[in-house]
Amino acid sequence: MEELLLNKPNKKIILLGNEAIVRGALEAGVNFVSTYPGTPASEIGNVFYQIAKKAGVYFEFSTNEKVAMEAAAGASFSGLRSLVAMKNFGVNVASDFLLPLAYSGTKGGMVIFVADDPSCWSSAQSEQNTRLYANMAHIPLLEPSTPQECKDFLKLAFELSEKFETPVIIRTTTRASHQSGIVKLGEIKRKNKKGEFVKDFKKFVTMPPRVLEMKRELLQKMEEIKKVAEKSDLNSVKNQGKAKIGILTSGVSYLYVMESLKELNLKLPVLKLSFVYPLPEKKIKNFIRILKKLLVVEELEPYLEREVKILAKEVNPKLEVLGKEGQPIEGGRIWKERKAILPVIGELKPEYVLLAVSRISGKRPKVNLRVHLEKFGKVKIPPRLPIFCTPATVPGRPPCPYWSVFSAIKKVVDFKNIIFGGEIGCYMMAGNPAVGLQDYLYCMGSSTGIAHGISKATGQRIIAFVGDSSFFHAGIPGLINTVFNKSNPLIIIFDNQTTAMTGHQPHPGVGKRPEEDKVEPIKIEDIVRACGVKNVKVIDQVTNLKEFEETLKEFLEKKETSVIVARHPCIFVKKP
Amino acid sequence: MKKDFNIIILGTGGQGQITLLQILAEAAFNEGYEVKTAELHGLSQRGGAVEAQIRFGKELFSSLVFQGGADLILALEMHEALKALYYVSEKTQFLINKFFLPIPGQSQIPEKEILTEIKKFTKKIELVSASEICKREIGKEILAGIYLISLATFKKLIPLKPNSILRAIKKIIPEKYRELNIKAFELAKFSQF
Repeated sequence: MEELLLNKPNKKIILLGNEAIVRGALEAGVNFVSTYPGTPASEIGNVFYQIAKKAGVYFEFSTNEKVAMEAAAGASFSGLRSLVAMKNFGVNVASDFLLPLAYSGTKGGMVIFVADDPSCWSSAQSEQNTRLYANMAHIPLLEPSTPQECKDFLKLAFELSEKFETPVIIRTTTRASHQSGIVKLGEIKRKNKKGEFVKDFKKFVTMPPRVLEMKRELLQKMEEIKKVAEKSDLNSVKNQGKAKIGILTSGVSYLYVMESLKELNLKLPVLKLSFVYPLPEKKIKNFIRILKKLLVVEELEPYLEREVKILAKEVNPKLEVLGKEGQPIEGGRIWKERKAILPVIGELKPEYVLLAVSRISGKRPKVNLRVHLEKFGKVKIPPRLPIFCTPATVPGRPPCPYWSVFSAIKKVVDFKNIIFGGEIGCYMMAGNPAVGLQDYLYCMGSSTGIAHGISKATGQRIIAFVGDSSFFHAGIPGLINTVFNKSNPLIIIFDNQTTAMTGHQPHPGVGKRPEEDKVEPIKIEDIVRACGVKNVKVIDQVTNLKEFEETLKEFLEKKETSVIVARHPCIFVKKP
Repeated sequence: MKKDFNIIILGTGGQGQITLLQILAEAAFNEGYEVKTAELHGLSQRGGAVEAQIRFGKELFSSLVFQGGADLILALEMHEALKALYYVSEKTQFLINKFFLPIPGQSQIPEKEILTEIKKFTKKIELVSASEICKREIGKEILAGIYLISLATFKKLIPLKPNSILRAIKKIIPEKYRELNIKAFELAKFSQF
């Protein structure tokens, strides 16, 4: 961790992609950093949480991604360089602000870091492609492949942001964020400065009729940035030559392409795009003009593939474009189904790309992957699902306090006839067979919102699970709605005094320690009562299991919303 | 070393895979190789399966190992060893910790059955009671991983110098636990398969 602060330009060290993002921000002289934790972006916040003071940077865990983005924008409007980091779903939360932010633009450099998670390695909810947000919102998006690029692109993004007064998105996928490699350091520039917000109605007030002028200015700005993308060596051709078969790629997919070419001993021309929005259209047209076949390799939805098909109509209508379009298929089945040659579900693996390159080039890999896969398919592998901690999985510690909540429910509640609403967080593991209490599961804040609708529609009894950090993130509007529009879910707030699943970040319910400029905890029960909920109890379900069970029974009879705050610290929370 | 070297490390959350990756990466980096690792975060602390990958060599791009492309499988738990078979060819060496962590709700697969499956892919298997040895000799099961990567370098299953591993341990492991980890390394020095 200390290595991240080393001011030794040209020294080479090993960094994780996300650590390299932090380093890049430090080298760019970032002043203000905000985030809401979410894997695969969590390390950005975790690292800044530890080093911000030493590095002379303001850092905060904000209450949610929208608030984090607004805070970073406020700093940018005041002339500071700001970075906001989040996982893919965070952009959904922040999008209400993201789109108008593009209209007004920024002042001090502002970088939005987003980590997508193909294969949902650490994401419930959905597999999401942030590249499409950049397109929708008109925000430049850069996509690094390696830790070195993570660091270097961050500096470039700040420069681009300041030159064109636009936020810039850096988008990674899990395999870029959680890839480590050798990084050559640059110089850390410390710029301790105080911002100043200078009033500028024309710039910051997105009100009609001005807002449509702003849109015109935004689109003109994108045209200017496109010129930068055309010239930038971030979009470059490797193995330039006269071959009739070429490959277009970006992000970690580029690495799999190069590895596959090495494996097959081929030198096909490859256009690597780091500017994914706006696209350098001329550069792409020049690349595809002489080709007969083009393979497009990219993570998630075929965004580049569709764009290149449009461009090909103009310059090379006969070009055969191969990639993901066709039936959506999963990786393991690409040997059997021939409609598309790369999977649109799940992350790419280097062997999928190897096969795709093999198919367009006709050169066979050394190992017969199909035969090997069939052999592997016959091996019976017992699945090991994640589950709440137990002394068997975490030796030397007591079991996870959530066990008590679920065992109480199973003991005293007619759980077959009650609907259980979930959200993302550790408590979502209640959906695994060991517990089996989960009837729907969506994003943070949704368990209560949906419970209200089901309750209104059916009159069925519902227990909604909400996490402590999730409650502050998005749980409050849904709770108020149950009171204002009169439904009666029983809401259990799992208060384990930390944001456990993403790596134990603090949240408003625990306050801040003296060394972080002490802040008193904001009590969940006070907020719940202020929302008009009459039936509220705070119970330590581990030490007062009996009371917890009795309250479950009592609250399930209520005609109004009721809330139990189940408060017992996570086994990883250090006692003060 | 002619080509690149690819290692898959498997186990369950809390067995220290990320630390092992960091040590191997640091050791390979110090010997002048290009290095890439791939790891997954998020659910690892919750008893789930954890797979980590490291590649080093002269020129490499992908952080992920090709299907059938592993040179060495380091399995810290017996059941998890089976998952590695995706990466295994007849050239692949297995180094397995003779250690079972029960899977909730499922019966344990006998050691013999696991080995029979693995033998369908490769004959190069070494089974070591690393957790037991570390518990007995140093009092800490969790050192099994350090013991195994050290053993692998002493026995030349990993083309890195044992001294590079030792240096990397000294750099990566926090001071509080450094001595214990060095003990695991020393223990491997005088061990046989």
